[in-house]
Amino acid sequence: MDIMTLVNALPGAVAQGLIWAIMAIGVYITYRVLDIADLTVDGTLCTGGAVCIMCMLAGCNVWVSILLATCAGLLAGFVTGIFHTFMGIQPILAGILTQLALWSVNLKIMGKANQAINVNQYDLIASLRYIKDVPFYQNTIFVVAIFVAVVIAVLYWFFGTELGCSIRATGCNANMARAQGINTNLNKVIGLMISNGLVALSGALLAQYQGFADINMGRGSIVIGLAAVIIGEALFSRIFHNFALKMLSVAIGSVIYYLVYQVVIWFKVDTDLLKAFSAIVVAIFLAIPYWKGKYFTKPTVAKGGDKNA
Amino acid sequence: MLEIKNVYKTFNAGTVNQKVALNGLNLTLEDGDFVTVIGGNGAGKSTMLNAVAGVWPIDMGKILIDGKDITRLPEHKRAKYIGRVFQDPMMGTAATMGIDENLALARRRGRPRTLRTGITARERTEFREMVKELDLGLEDRMTSKVGLLSGGQRQAITLLMATLQKPRLLLLDEHTAALDPKTAAKVLTLSERIVRENNLTTLMITHNMKDAIKYGNRLIMMFEGRIIYDVRGEEKAALQVSDLLARFEKVSDGEFANDRMLLS
Repeated sequence: MDIMTLVNALPGAVAQGLIWAIMAIGVYITYRVLDIADLTVDGTLCTGGAVCIMCMLAGCNVWVSILLATCAGLLAGFVTGIFHTFMGIQPILAGILTQLALWSVNLKIMGKANQAINVNQYDLIASLRYIKDVPFYQNTIFVVAIFVAVVIAVLYWFFGTELGCSIRATGCNANMARAQGINTNLNKVIGLMISNGLVALSGALLAQYQGFADINMGRGSIVIGLAAVIIGEALFSRIFHNFALKMLSVAIGSVIYYLVYQVVIWFKVDTDLLKAFSAIVVAIFLAIPYWKGKYFTKPTVAKGGDKNA
Repeated sequence: MLEIKNVYKTFNAGTVNQKVALNGLNLTLEDGDFVTVIGGNGAGKSTMLNAVAGVWPIDMGKILIDGKDITRLPEHKRAKYIGRVFQDPMMGTAATMGIDENLALARRRGRPRTLRTGITARERTEFREMVKELDLGLEDRMTSKVGLLSGGQRQAITLLMATLQKPRLLLLDEHTAALDPKTAAKVLTLSERIVRENNLTTLMITHNMKDAIKYGNRLIMMFEGRIIYDVRGEEKAALQVSDLLARFEKVSDGEFANDRMLLS
């Protein structure tokens, strides 16, 4: 248990955390803004990676590949959205159906379960080789941090527009939204598309980073995304009220998740157990607000007077 | 202005819970009518308002606004013509959004939602002035989340939202029933003021017969999914609660004795 092993592993953990931060922000949009637990993402992450790697292997420019991967994610979100709104399937089941279908789609995209890409032969923008001994502008941590910043900035702008506000209203109170003339079905589809687009973007970066796309790379990713959301909220919900800062807290949550993950590995915990460990931690954190409401409610004093009428 | 023609609606058709909520309902409103709607539980009052608002499709019949058939129009498209305030104060506003943001959403009712900014600086000042007129001390809390407001405050904001973009028709579904008597009276006075100032065509459901007589120019009584009494003008103004009770007794064979309408 050499402390230097841990220290050396930390930059990689930060890079990975930042890549997953984009995915976690996507989860935040469905889970917190739209109030839908969207399980499509487990499939979409791999779709993003697969599309990106296959495009690059076919000779596409890295940026074009990332763009196409993101579009594939938008499409996956669209399918879930149609399942949910047009076909009336419960959101969680709609997501599971798309996720299942994506398994086949991903295999067809890649042609086999795993496709590797060599960092020396292709011009990648993120790689675990680009963590140390590269100029800062090529460093994956820097590059992905820029991605995260741009994603947060664009989403902050978007959710302040008329359309963005109406999506927030849809997630908060669909009855009210419809009464105010908002097409809630359309908005849910748009929200799911944005979310899955981000997840696919994250998958594209992740596949480059690890040097391959794998059919299993998205398994359980919803839990990691939720963990990032919950960690971010647990740490910053009292001080961050602005929407941009809330997304930033999710990104930080994701980085913390990977730092903790790295420490756990350093402790030589059986890695087979890590997913169970993640699931239990997320379950407990999800339960805390419920328990608080149920067992620790403080008696509130009813306020009277004209001002509160 | 509003025409409801021979509308039928049955819930849970074919099950033991089958309930005929609207049973050949006919109603025509004139421009500027302020109609109070009374009737026992299950008479179809809320169902009528929901049918007009398009919450679900009706089984049969037609609904027209200004001669335009809106029967097949989805709820969010009808919102262009209709402003609504619900019984549940939680239902009319987005709790996690600010007062100003809620009003901005309402300002865009009936318009496409674009990528322009969701709330402009000019709107902020404008909304502040409007909220100030409500006299609830909320003008300094414009960015507060609506979820932090009391039920009465939320209903007042919802009322403002429903009428911000002047609707062709205002639907008030027992919007004061969940409030304490004093607050209810305040919200009701405010409703009346807004309706009068904007000359809005209004359907207002109430369980309070005194209010039903006091407000509006026309009163309708519903029973088993139909309108059984329709009175307007001076005749309506001269009504007494006892008259209405007598009418209820007549149609329902005394069933109303245990109804909460008597509590008013």
